[in-house]
Amino acid sequence: MAALGAPLRTLRALLRELRHAAGRSYRDSPAYRHVLAAFRAHRVTSEKLCRAQQELHFQAATYLCLLRSVREHEALHREYHGKGERSPQEVAGLVGFRLPQQPGGKG
Amino acid sequence: LPRPPPVAAGSGPVGPCGRRAYAPPAERKRFYQNVSISQGEGGFEINLDHRKLKTPQAKLFTVPSEALAIAVATEWDSQRDTIKFYTMHLTTLCNTALDNPTQRNKTQLIRAAVKFLETDTVCYRVDEPPALAELQKNEWDPVVAWAEKRYNVTIGSSTSILGPNIPASTKETFVSHLASYNMWALQGIEFVITQLKSLILSLSLIDRHITVEKAVLLSRLEEEYQIRRWGNVEWAHDYDLCELRARTAAGTLFVHLCSESSTVKHKLLQD
Repeated sequence: MAALGAPLRTLRALLRELRHAAGRSYRDSPAYRHVLAAFRAHRVTSEKLCRAQQELHFQAATYLCLLRSVREHEALHREYHGKGERSPQEVAGLVGFRLPQQPGGKG
Repeated sequence: LPRPPPVAAGSGPVGPCGRRAYAPPAERKRFYQNVSISQGEGGFEINLDHRKLKTPQAKLFTVPSEALAIAVATEWDSQRDTIKFYTMHLTTLCNTALDNPTQRNKTQLIRAAVKFLETDTVCYRVDEPPALAELQKNEWDPVVAWAEKRYNVTIGSSTSILGPNIPASTKETFVSHLASYNMWALQGIEFVITQLKSLILSLSLIDRHITVEKAVLLSRLEEEYQIRRWGNVEWAHDYDLCELRARTAAGTLFVHLCSESSTVKHKLLQD
């Protein structure tokens, strides 16, 4: 079985990610309620090493990885790849120049 | 006057012959307020305001699992001003399962998956530099050993350019194991294998032997080695890492949610 750590930690991190994803009304979102309900339902079982519990924990950890990675990927995309080309004015400004003003247009 | 070619109901880039290729536009403005789930005849459906979500081939979007539907709905609901389709991995996987654009049947999918074993990342070793060869041995040998034990097969590894020599019986074992998954789960499995470039790592992940982060790390072992040596470039390395993690996590979750059994419910109700 994969090394997952404490289920409570995974749950907290997952709920935090859902909060980021959902925005204002995150507590009413279906995902938030589903995750909480699933964790509550599997909390008390007759077996100590409940297979279903481990499966749920693994699923939660996987979903957490998905949400986190998508958020980080989007942030990196915005930072490095989302800005498009610079305008000619900006390019000139990089080396301290300004584009000439030609009232009659070019040529 | 010549008639203009008919435009598809959902707007998108129109190809030179007037038909849209199987690729949605990268971004689109968010056009809905509320996302909700409903249960229909074929399964669970996603509603964007009052409209039902459809696949790129205009089929009704239905998924067999409620948890999967909730996750897809969350993807749609977490879009802000623009819909970034390239971040909606679960939606994409569902679309692929529903439309099957490559038109492959179960046998073809399984064959494509098992074919990867011949060039499996964890079996394909280097001779030098010795530090990397050592790292591959330490990190990859345990996973190969696990797979050999779990499936009772011989796999081995190789430094030859031809790759490892996989016995036919090994391939048959994996073929019959994969045949036990349904079509949806198989689409997910094939997707994960294509991302990780390894059948063994994918099975290890789907059998919950390793986490997604660990599987991605093992898949990118040589990259990680080079990064540690020469330095990390955030806009390339981290970018690729996050994307690979996201896709692998989506694929794994997709497989598990599509092959779930709900026998647990019975036990809890009895308590």
